[in-house]
Amino acid sequence: MTDRKHLAEWVLERVGDRAEADVRISGGPSSLTRFANSFIHQNVGEDADTVTLRVVSGGRVASGTTTYLDSDALGRFVDETIERCAYSPVDETWPGLAEPADAQAVDHHDDATATASPADRARMVAEFVAAGEGMRAAGYCQTSDTSVVFANSNGVRRDGRYTQATLDGIHQTDTSAGSGHATSVRLGDLDGAAVGALAAQRARDSAATYDIKPGEYEVVLAPECAATIGIFLAFYGFNGKAHLEGQSFVELGEQQFDAAFALVDDVSDPRAMGVGFDTEGTPRLRTELVTDGVSRAVAHDRRTAAKAGTSSTGHAIPGSEIYGPVASAMFITGGGADPETLIADVERGLYVSTFNYCRVLDPKSMAVTGLTRNGTFMIENGQITGAVNGLRFTQSFTEALGQSRMLGLGNDARWADSEFGPGLVHAPTIRLAGWNFTGGSHG
Amino acid sequence: MFDYAQAAVEGALAAGAGYADARVVIATQESVDVLNQSVESMDQTETAGVGVRALIGSSWGFFATAELTDDAARHAGEMAASIAQASTQVPGPPMTLADVPVVEETFVTPHDENPLQVPLSEKIDLLLDVTRTMQAVEGVALARGNLTSWVTDKWFVSSQGSRIHQQIVECGGGYDVTALGEQETQRRSYPQSFGQFETGGFETVRKWDYAGNAQRIAEEAVALLSAPAVEEGEKQLILEGSQLGLQIHESVGHAIELDRILGWEAAFAGTSHLELPKLGSHRYGSDLMNITADATLPGALGSFGYDDEGTPAQRVDIVKDGTWVGVLSGRDSASIAGLPPGGMVRADGFNRLPMVRMTNVGLLAGDSSLDEIIAETQDGVYMSTNRSWSIDDKRLNFQFGCEIGWEVKNGKLGRMVRNPTYTGITPQFWGTLDMLAGGSEWVHWGTPNCGKGQPMQVGHTGHSAAPARFSNVRVGVKA
Repeated sequence: MTDRKHLAEWVLERVGDRAEADVRISGGPSSLTRFANSFIHQNVGEDADTVTLRVVSGGRVASGTTTYLDSDALGRFVDETIERCAYSPVDETWPGLAEPADAQAVDHHDDATATASPADRARMVAEFVAAGEGMRAAGYCQTSDTSVVFANSNGVRRDGRYTQATLDGIHQTDTSAGSGHATSVRLGDLDGAAVGALAAQRARDSAATYDIKPGEYEVVLAPECAATIGIFLAFYGFNGKAHLEGQSFVELGEQQFDAAFALVDDVSDPRAMGVGFDTEGTPRLRTELVTDGVSRAVAHDRRTAAKAGTSSTGHAIPGSEIYGPVASAMFITGGGADPETLIADVERGLYVSTFNYCRVLDPKSMAVTGLTRNGTFMIENGQITGAVNGLRFTQSFTEALGQSRMLGLGNDARWADSEFGPGLVHAPTIRLAGWNFTGGSHG
Repeated sequence: MFDYAQAAVEGALAAGAGYADARVVIATQESVDVLNQSVESMDQTETAGVGVRALIGSSWGFFATAELTDDAARHAGEMAASIAQASTQVPGPPMTLADVPVVEETFVTPHDENPLQVPLSEKIDLLLDVTRTMQAVEGVALARGNLTSWVTDKWFVSSQGSRIHQQIVECGGGYDVTALGEQETQRRSYPQSFGQFETGGFETVRKWDYAGNAQRIAEEAVALLSAPAVEEGEKQLILEGSQLGLQIHESVGHAIELDRILGWEAAFAGTSHLELPKLGSHRYGSDLMNITADATLPGALGSFGYDDEGTPAQRVDIVKDGTWVGVLSGRDSASIAGLPPGGMVRADGFNRLPMVRMTNVGLLAGDSSLDEIIAETQDGVYMSTNRSWSIDDKRLNFQFGCEIGWEVKNGKLGRMVRNPTYTGITPQFWGTLDMLAGGSEWVHWGTPNCGKGQPMQVGHTGHSAAPARFSNVRVGVKA
């Protein structure tokens, strides 16, 4: 096992007084068991650490990443990274390295998940598959145990670890598919039979589908859809870099959403996943992005915070110098209604299980096109009356969540899958006044 | 390095694998990003390790380690076999592998200038210059540029006796400009959206006229803010080559992946509208549609010597005169389908399982030209450079947005239009292909960001295309 703290100190010593530096070492076992046609067809594992080094010499910045951990190769890597500084112009907006500061204690780790075996994951898969008798199952079960050590020349030293387990899959009939998903810090929290049963139910219920006319429909969106909305808002809008560049829709202090909508990023929440500091070593602060429908804050790293005249919120991620800081432990505040009640209140509309292949047409208007997948159902007079073929939508996410447009929030919030992956947004079922469907499966 | 791969294979066989192969991969990626005449990022990533896969019964087990020692490699092989063994708890039908020749070979991407040897200062200066030019245009808010290079060495060993060393050299880049309006943004890119990437040395960057196009695209981005939106309706649609390249990628390239057709990607990437019994008879498009998957094309981003199963690179007909005739396959999927292995299996690094990936899936050139196509178009829209893309899990229902468009009326290019989008259904759309350019307008467009698999892998693919025209296409979809 790599002694990451020792390695980080070794790297800083190697840098010496040639440059300021921060170093981040992350890694640990990660395994994924994948199944299709109801059998395990791909089953992978890895155990590798990466060392990411950022150096600043004379105001010139360079960075590098390596998987080499032996002293010869790592020493060469450090030297070459420093040498590359000479090629870069002086960075006039360099905000400096993180300074020592108190950090919250965050430890989202489960030993049983960290040591989960291929047999443990296979058992989870077997439960999922068995829940859909006569159907074809596909999906994956993943477990990971990630450790992160951070150190910089200002004396900041941090370390953290977290585990994550995900079961995600579909059941398929000859004409349909339905999905189920669960993510947690603990593999033991996942119920393979329950996730499989939901997928099987959705597949059965959508085995016979019909086309509907495109247009605006009231919708009840399952947590997976809400999670995609949440991560899109975070990446394209509540992103300090996009905001500074004028590409974000966010207007701080303005009532941009329905009063019922709240979005907060909080890695310290006991349900969250991740470590308590970002890639610059800054503590990840609880950040209320939207409260009572009002845009309150955007995520910052050190560079965007300096430009905005504020402090980093601790949301630097790998690549944030290009893509900007992004919240990734978000909670959409749920409501008191169970999903069935949300459906019961709809006179005519659609229930959507998941979105698929969403892409932003324009970040400022948040116009997004995408499709529905794995179960789209017609609601009439408060009842699901049938399944419809997949639909394409072209919809501004911000308009969909606008004032008086949010008609209900479910009490079923959980870590949901999203267009950007699982474990990023804890989301409930939501009911919205309208959603613009622009085409069906036949165009 | 062969020794580490050999040790990994031996470890897997000793632990019960019926077949095993291993790749030692040492890869270096260098990237430079500039925004508004400032360097945003100057980064170099190097990865090194060995990945080994073991086949037991119906399942692959795969394990990777970054520790390059005999012991670690052997242990990785044992782990791969034990993971495959665990898969037998949820078993499928036995898996066999299609035969491929046993070879001992070396392949190096033909190149003149190793891109990692070109001074960083030269790359930075190039990007600073183009962002300076773009920023000089009034109304420009953001001017970005990027150059990225990859040099990847792979040592492959299989339990059947193949030993192959390859060095794949790739590079490219580009730039884009954003103008900000009250309610929306407008963007233009060169040479294409996300940049143009190819196999070869830095000479592949030099051949594009970076300096000569910066002012033009900056002026276009600003002009787009006040241009009228494209009118909604059914029109003749003329696609510029790079947009057609992405259209091929999404509506043909992914649909012909045999692992998707067999259901192996059903839960994530999806399946395909194509059904194997219809191979050889399914009508994919018009008679003008001739598509190949050709991993031997010099300079194209999806070219190599051998795939990551040790199968030689090859050219395969995919669509011939409008009829679907071929797939993208590997040794396992080809065996199940009763087809010859296509040599189209690659992995994103030492720590990822090789899987079916596009090589260079391109539309063969026609005999027309963009000028001729425009001259023969009565009521259409010419769209260029991708801005958004979305397609369903069977690769049928798509919607694309482009950065810029122009009306075409009575054989003439007319006014510029903003937010050009079009939507369609794959076989109907390709069935309306009625004019196709060729000659120097046929370009090997590269896509460096193709996502597939779990854990996610990013693939590099090529798509040769020239401008083409389609009829009765729905354009101007509104939010």
